[in-house]
Amino acid sequence: MIDTSLGLIDVEEGIRIIPGANTIITSLDKLINWGRLSSLWPVTFGLACCAIEMMTTGSSHYDLDRLGIIFRGSPRQADCIIIAGTVTKKMAPVVRKVYDQIPEPRYVIAMGSCACTGNVYRSYSVVQGCDTFLPVDVYIPGCPPRPEALIDGIIKLQDKMRTERMRWSPLK
Amino acid sequence: MEPAEIAAKIKELYPADVVDVRDFRGQCALVVKKDDILEILMRLHDDPEFNFDFLKDLCGVDYLSKRTPRFEVIYQLYSIQHKHMIRIAVQVPEKSLSLESCTCIWNTANWHERECYDMYGIVFENHPDLRRVLMPEDWEGYPLRKDYPVEGPEEEWRGFKEVLQKHEEYKKYEWNR
Ligand code: SF4
Repeated sequence: MIDTSLGLIDVEEGIRIIPGANTIITSLDKLINWGRLSSLWPVTFGLACCAIEMMTTGSSHYDLDRLGIIFRGSPRQADCIIIAGTVTKKMAPVVRKVYDQIPEPRYVIAMGSCACTGNVYRSYSVVQGCDTFLPVDVYIPGCPPRPEALIDGIIKLQDKMRTERMRWSPLK
Repeated sequence: MEPAEIAAKIKELYPADVVDVRDFRGQCALVVKKDDILEILMRLHDDPEFNFDFLKDLCGVDYLSKRTPRFEVIYQLYSIQHKHMIRIAVQVPEKSLSLESCTCIWNTANWHERECYDMYGIVFENHPDLRRVLMPEDWEGYPLRKDYPVEGPEEEWRGFKEVLQKHEEYKKYEWNR
């Protein structure tokens, strides 16, 4: 039974509950973005020392699972890729190939100075920042960034996803 | 045996091949010519007195404008039985950049020699599979040579150029970019 004596209840900005009707009113954007950012699955993909820190972040002490983050073995099941480590020119085609296999919507986190800028390795073999060949969403500086920094970067990405509009429709 | 002792013995056995016995901070290195290197290494491996059954490392050095001949190949040998070691430096002149492969003595030399070839362009004769090991196979130049530009050659490597091209081409499929 709908209790008409009560109005709609605001639980959060843009989300309202109809009391008694077991119904929530919100926009599709909010619902889809909430679903996406609450289960952000990255590809298991590490390149250098930063990957060790990424693994630490994933394991029990820092526990990425509590943010709904589960590492997936296949890019086809993943939502984002964490570029954790030095990208060499020899590796760049492989990184790009993995990225290209991730279905939309997809996101890229550049973790560590190497992935952001190439770090001190201004050399013949190192790519000077993975944004030269990938669309990066979040940059995390540090050599390596601490797990807290990675988690902060992920939360930044989630904030970014929260503001997206119509990323489920070809209309944009 | 002490390394200096081993060096003295080798010098006695191959007086024509040993150029010098270097001593640096108490570490002794035997400098030899490249012609009979396989024979010397075989001796060090087979002779029960030396019994160097373990090749710890093999690497190249480029002494551009510091020493002639320009290149050296360094062997670090260890004997598990006698617990002694020796360093052998083989001189490789720039004009004939090749020497015998020692994969027939120590199999572990296989990838080390490939790396040395990859980085310095030193050719190991009779190597079973002399390809680049770290750099892409169609890479041009030998990066660890001292006259190699640190930031790489001006002409970008083909593989990376293709990735950059792909990035430009696929931009139209990115959402909201
Ligand atoms: S940023 Fe530092 S820790 Fe990370 S991959 Fe580069 S060198 Fe290693």
